Amino acid sequence: MADITTFTQIEKRATPPVQMFYCSVCTFPPEYCEFGNSLSKCKEWLQTQRPDLYEKFYSEEALKAKLGTISQEAQSKLEEDTAKKEAKAEAKADAARKKKLASQVVIKRIERNKRKFVTSIRGLEAFGVDLKKAAKLFAQRFATGGSVTKNAAGIDEIVVQGDVSQEIYDMIAEANEGGGEDGKGGKKGVDILKGVLIDNVDIVEEKRKKDSEQ
Amino acid sequence: MFKKFQPSTDVAGQTPVKSSVQRGIRSTILSLWNIDAETLEEIWPKKESIVNVKCRDHLSIYALHGEPLFFQHFDGPYFPTLRLLHKYPFILPHVRIDRGAIRFLLAGAHMMCPGLTSAGGWLPPADAALPTGTPVAFEAEGKEFIVGIGITKLGTEEMKTVNKGVAVESITYVGDDLWAIQKL
Repeated sequence: MADITTFTQIEKRATPPVQMFYCSVCTFPPEYCEFGNSLSKCKEWLQTQRPDLYEKFYSEEALKAKLGTISQEAQSKLEEDTAKKEAKAEAKADAARKKKLASQVVIKRIERNKRKFVTSIRGLEAFGVDLKKAAKLFAQRFATGGSVTKNAAGIDEIVVQGDVSQEIYDMIAEANEGGGEDGKGGKKGVDILKGVLIDNVDIVEEKRKKDSEQ
Repeated sequence: MFKKFQPSTDVAGQTPVKSSVQRGIRSTILSLWNIDAETLEEIWPKKESIVNVKCRDHLSIYALHGEPLFFQHFDGPYFPTLRLLHKYPFILPHVRIDRGAIRFLLAGAHMMCPGLTSAGGWLPPADAALPTGTPVAFEAEGKEFIVGIGITKLGTEEMKTVNKGVAVESITYVGDDLWAIQKL
């Protein structure tokens, strides 16, 4: 009996959480968008999503009321800063995109012992691929060992047993089929590899020197 | 504290918390925050076990199903995460900063006395004064939602008389790296 009464008390007394609504562009509560670094995008987004809130935050009276105790000078400085920040963030995003376009994925076939090979894949992380998951995927797909190891330079790479370079190339191609920049489309199961630009993938072969001399 | 925080490099490991320790945390939170047992039960059901995510500098984040709920530095007080505080804004006492201070807070600065004592700011009245070392939530002038969490470096009455220097150290704020983490 006691249990039941306490239970009903809980039902009565627990305070429900406030439903929050966040800007999906900068993740801030929309009233703080003006302090973020993507104000114009946030504004656009809010206008389409929640016109009522847009009216509340960005209408003429709201802008005037917002001035509050702050001086005109400080306000204009703030706006200037926001514009600067926005430009900076955009430049940064642009640089990141360029870097992504320039980065290479190298699939290397390494001769281990006469007719035995391992395949190493380097540079996937630049495209936002989770190396551990990708290694697991390869290991499962080819039923061999696949692991993430640090190479001599201290950079993480995936090493898969066996010569599977062409297969991996095909998998990456398949994952990004029909997808553009955003990496949409492609087949299920290989979507870990999404977002890699197939043009930037190279297959190379490395032979042990000693063996090639023989 | 969370201006620079990357889960890939700063997280040392995750361990489930012993149930006896969980009981301790629960009672500490109940005495520390302005929250009743039922609401805490809603946030963190007794049956669910939380995970301690240990990070660099003796920082522990406690997460339920991967969602950070609160964190602690050394043996300091427990702070709710901002997202949790947005849902339950009453659990910490509030102070208000004026409009001019918002952009500094969002850049990670500590809050100085004048930002709280000026016309746009607000401090609790003398009969509800807060002592040094109290976790507080930052409201902002003309805004509805809480913008950050801090810990007082001066008593609120002292702030009014001194009116100079750091009043509240900021711990976390909207847009820092903890804010960016939605799942651990």
